[in-house]
Amino acid sequence: MKARISISIALALLVFCAGYAALFIAPDEATMHLIQRIFYFHVPLWTAMTVVLSIACFSNIAWLVSRRPMWDLLGASSAEVGVLCCTGGLITGMLWGKPVWGIWWTWDPRLTSTFILWLLYISYLLLRELIEDPHRRATLSAVFGIFAYLDLPIVLLATTLWPRGQHPQPVLFGGPKSINHTMLSVFFLCMVSIVLVMILILADRYRLEKLRFEADELRVEIESREMDAQSAPPTRGIVGRGMAHE
Amino acid sequence: MSDFQFLFTAWMVVWAVFFVYEVSVAKRIGHVREEIERLKQQLHD
Repeated sequence: MKARISISIALALLVFCAGYAALFIAPDEATMHLIQRIFYFHVPLWTAMTVVLSIACFSNIAWLVSRRPMWDLLGASSAEVGVLCCTGGLITGMLWGKPVWGIWWTWDPRLTSTFILWLLYISYLLLRELIEDPHRRATLSAVFGIFAYLDLPIVLLATTLWPRGQHPQPVLFGGPKSINHTMLSVFFLCMVSIVLVMILILADRYRLEKLRFEADELRVEIESREMDAQSAPPTRGIVGRGMAHE
Repeated sequence: MSDFQFLFTAWMVVWAVFFVYEVSVAKRIGHVREEIERLKQQLHD
């Protein structure tokens, strides 16, 4: 518990430092000026989403191969945190788009493929709610999760595949323009802090799934004991619940 | 609203959403733990 509190405090400090650096230390971008600073939050959210959804896809494959419940639980937890990151990315993207492009939303290839990705993972979470049988739920959602993940490379490559879209070309890793050194340092600080926060949230979400699984197993055990007690032949005319333990 | 106010509000709103989500997960963990204790007690009775 002490370690958990220490990690949370350290992460809160890191987030504060990243926020301060993004708002006050990073230099103004030449054309968008102050509003460009959403970049320090918007892009790391997509990085965190890519990491978390990759964990989800890996877990889905691992479930289909091994049938170990932990992979199903990790897949579901990762998908939910991935939806959270995707929602944050879409919101910050709209907040950036309005002052820069003059519109909240456009059906640009990257925005459209991202919106489809968001819908696919919302559907994944809904699918899990609709199926009651745990084994069937895990298998069907794993197959659907792998299918949903196929949209992620399309999102990442959208600006390269359809360069005439509204969305700008990448400025990092092979993009046509270079990036200022301070901007790059602040960007990596923000990226590390947001990815770590998302991993912490994912760890908690996974813990919740594990506890739910434990509670379900206990319920099944109680039910089976009750059924055993009911089906056992009566002894001296009395059937007590305590007999199920014998 | 100035650009800085807009930026700061956007920043705070998104962090608030993450914070609320994390608090909701922590609350759900607490409820499930209580449920597990109750079920264990029921199993031992």
